[in-house]
Amino acid sequence: MATAPETLLAGADQDDGLIARPPSRARVTLRRFAAHRTALAGLIVVALLFVLAFAGPHLTRWSYSDIDYTALRSAPSSRHWWGTNRIGQDVFAQTVHGLQKSLIIGLLVGVAATGGAAVVGACAGYFGGWTDRLLTFTTDLLLIFPSFLVISVVSPRLKGGGWLVFALLLAFFAWMVTARVVRSMAISLREREFVRAARYMGVGPLRIIARHIVPNVASFLIIDATIAVGSAVMSETALSYFGFGVQSPDVSLGTLIADGTGAAVTYPWMFFFAAGLLVVFVLAVNLVGDGLRDAIDPTSRPGRRRGRGAAK
Amino acid sequence: MNATTAGAVLDIRGLHVDFAGVPAVRGVDLALRRGEVLGLVGESGSGKSVTALAAMGLLPSGADVRGSVTLDGTELMGAGDTALSAVRGNRIAMVFQDPLSAFTPVYRIGDQIVEALRTHQDISRERAAERAVELLDLVGIPEPRIRAAAFPHEFSGGMRQRAMIAMAVANDPDVILADEPTTALDVTVQAQVLDVLRTAQRETGAALLLVSHDLGVIAGTADRVAVMYAGRIVETAPVDELFARPRMPYTLGLIGAVPRLDADAKGRPEPLVPIPGAPPAPAALPPGCAFAPRCPLAEDRCRVAQPELVEVALPEPAVAVRPEPAVAADEPHLAACLRAGEVAGLRPLDVFPVPGADVAAERAADGRPEGTSVLRVSGLAKTFPLLKGAVFRRRVGSVHAVDGVDLDIRAGEVLGLVGESGSGKSTTLFEILELRRPERGSVEVLGRGTDTLTRREAHALRAQVQIVFQDPMASLDPRLPVGDIIAEPLRAQRAERDRIARRVPELLRQVGLDPAHADRFPHEFSGGQRQRIGIARALAVDPRLLVLDEPVSALDVSVQAGILNLLLRLRAELGLSYLFVSHDLSVVRHIADRVSVMYLGRTVETGAVGEVFTRPLHPYTQALLSAVPLPDPVRERARARILLPGDPPSPTRRLRGCPFRSRCQVFAALPGPQRERCTDQAPPLAEQGGDHVAACHFPAARPVL
Repeated sequence: MATAPETLLAGADQDDGLIARPPSRARVTLRRFAAHRTALAGLIVVALLFVLAFAGPHLTRWSYSDIDYTALRSAPSSRHWWGTNRIGQDVFAQTVHGLQKSLIIGLLVGVAATGGAAVVGACAGYFGGWTDRLLTFTTDLLLIFPSFLVISVVSPRLKGGGWLVFALLLAFFAWMVTARVVRSMAISLREREFVRAARYMGVGPLRIIARHIVPNVASFLIIDATIAVGSAVMSETALSYFGFGVQSPDVSLGTLIADGTGAAVTYPWMFFFAAGLLVVFVLAVNLVGDGLRDAIDPTSRPGRRRGRGAAK
Repeated sequence: MNATTAGAVLDIRGLHVDFAGVPAVRGVDLALRRGEVLGLVGESGSGKSVTALAAMGLLPSGADVRGSVTLDGTELMGAGDTALSAVRGNRIAMVFQDPLSAFTPVYRIGDQIVEALRTHQDISRERAAERAVELLDLVGIPEPRIRAAAFPHEFSGGMRQRAMIAMAVANDPDVILADEPTTALDVTVQAQVLDVLRTAQRETGAALLLVSHDLGVIAGTADRVAVMYAGRIVETAPVDELFARPRMPYTLGLIGAVPRLDADAKGRPEPLVPIPGAPPAPAALPPGCAFAPRCPLAEDRCRVAQPELVEVALPEPAVAVRPEPAVAADEPHLAACLRAGEVAGLRPLDVFPVPGADVAAERAADGRPEGTSVLRVSGLAKTFPLLKGAVFRRRVGSVHAVDGVDLDIRAGEVLGLVGESGSGKSTTLFEILELRRPERGSVEVLGRGTDTLTRREAHALRAQVQIVFQDPMASLDPRLPVGDIIAEPLRAQRAERDRIARRVPELLRQVGLDPAHADRFPHEFSGGQRQRIGIARALAVDPRLLVLDEPVSALDVSVQAGILNLLLRLRAELGLSYLFVSHDLSVVRHIADRVSVMYLGRTVETGAVGEVFTRPLHPYTQALLSAVPLPDPVRERARARILLPGDPPSPTRRLRGCPFRSRCQVFAALPGPQRERCTDQAPPLAEQGGDHVAACHFPAARPVL
């Protein structure tokens, strides 16, 4: 501070009270996200799905495992809002219960897989050398591992941990391809001048990764995460079908869809409520992802929209 | 008007070009006469390249082109592709800016020239190949017969551009369009290429349209100049007339903004005159004169209607300055300005206000300051391994990027580090900034040797040395708001949040930006403003030494002048030292106290700026200085140029003796026995009086300005 002339300092002191602290990136991003209407709509839909999933079971007198022998395959009515399935279970109770599982598994796998990929990829790309070699080797090893086999071997032993552990296991086998892409993006970012500038300013490597590398690959990460959410729900179904993951009588959206597919044409309520909710869920997550991407990438939104409007 | 049109080989009338409704060119009239060189000057985005491309019919299909382009009376506008193809490369030839992308990489250079010849002439393959070799010889490519069989990537940038010229003149065209032909090249190579271009034009008698942003290049080459601004020609005149008595304030500003190599009598360059503001966005042009928002002379009537390009009636008769009129003596001087009559005879400083010009001018103290040493580098070296093989990578050689650099900066001093691309300037900077033990030699920052620093000490020292990069877009994280960007070095030094909050608006004001813009992102600023952000970030932690890596070379001249003045003011206010790296000697002349010249990773000459620029001792410095074009047509034509032959040798080989001797004009003139000294011993940096040092066995001062 010693070298700064007094005049400049005096000028700064005067309006110290007037000028608010310049907003940080987190706040700017939040503001931009809040201004994004479709993203907010997506966020509200996701929130409503959570409300439905967790408040739903208390709204109906049927539990997901109850069997109503008087109503087999009955169409939606005041007694069974969304009808019953072929052994007389209430579809509404089952769907909202399954939704609980699927929401959490989907979001958890999406966030964990992409987050892990970002950390591993960015570190490998930024540090290079032995870190890179080690991390790339691990990634490639996991990539060629038959994940289905591993999960089927491990998951019976994790019975105690329940489906949360199962979700993490799913995430563990879903991050490798993303990590490889992030690594290559980080390698090119490392050579960019702003990263070099940060290094010469004395910013630590982990901070550089968090502040410069990851936000600059965020567009890709967010798209990847939204896709991962949808595919996690479906891969959970696949595993459940083979008897791993969510086990009967417990249900998830995936198992419900798998059960209802055959009846989709003849007894549509068994299939379409679960399928519809899954579509709504993935769609809402996509909207949130789009909004988040636009909020983080300052160049993406206003320019593109205005440009399109002007051209037409 | 008809007088100008008569005898024109290429005549462009009322050319309008729109891209998706956004105007790029708005009514350009240009007439190009046989044998004439017309310079088209303008800043980026002024529409000069678009005009040249439109004349060739080379614009993408999305462009909406209106107007008329006639070649010897034949209308080209709206002609079919077949008709245009018969003209392109045959009667109109083009030389592009980037010679690498202008050649097909998978065909040999000779074959591509043969193709150009055989498309338009009915000659045998053998005859065409013979002619291609002749053409390559004409443009000065050594061993043309061997070189004709080379692929484009085997040529250096300068050689590629020559080959491009050879291809352009292959069919004896009537018109050559050269779009920034030397912008991507180093000054010494630029001098060679301009020379070749002039020769080629003279040999073929073609008309040459030279598009450039560099007033120096235009001054030395053109007969007539047209200045473009925001898609229109705002002034056109014979070259001497235009530089001596511009009548449009924009031209005046442009001339005043260019740093010049030649100083005034006091040995200090005049203060640069920046043009305030930035060029208007093409989508949002003001209703009246496009320059009015930036023009200090603008009146209300300027903002109403666009001024026409008309001949300016002058109170006093114009004096003929031109010694030998090349084409026509009574060229009209046209300007699109309502007050053109008043502008004539004014100097840039009379029109444009220069804040802080006095500060910039008054620092002409004699001798070096007595301050402490801020940076001392001696014998620095850095080599990069050349690796081969995919699985087992083995070292097959080394690139000697830096091979003996000595630098010395005292407190409050500005050292300019000059050299062509590949001379190791940037590597030197990065080696210094790494703050670690160098491969060879020593680096001392603020009296601390970097070889003994602990990690904590290095981190503390980083606050004292900050860097400003060349490309202001690439050096700012596009995803961070400007406030966070500027706060980054403060955060890295773990400053308190209150101090950061106070410091950011203060810094923005210091570099001439609005503190309220701290929440904007880099892409919302213009190039010059972005560079100001880069400077603010570097100043955040009150450094003592600022390392500037080509800080103005990515900017337009009018903006560049503002940045240079800002740097001079900051240095006076904050007592900073600069290590200013640049390939542009005029800029260094303007800002630096001392200059250090690098060639092939070595320091070849160092001394006070005035001393080195007026009395250069090393032949390389002399060649470099003589290659820099002056924005003054009379002096530029009168200068003798030292043209360096060839290109710098590859840094992968370490030559015995003086590395410059292969291109050295002194060495070439030496008698046999004395040559042995140059071939056997590498010349050390030896004192030549005062603190002027040069690494040459036979130093001899030679004025080149």
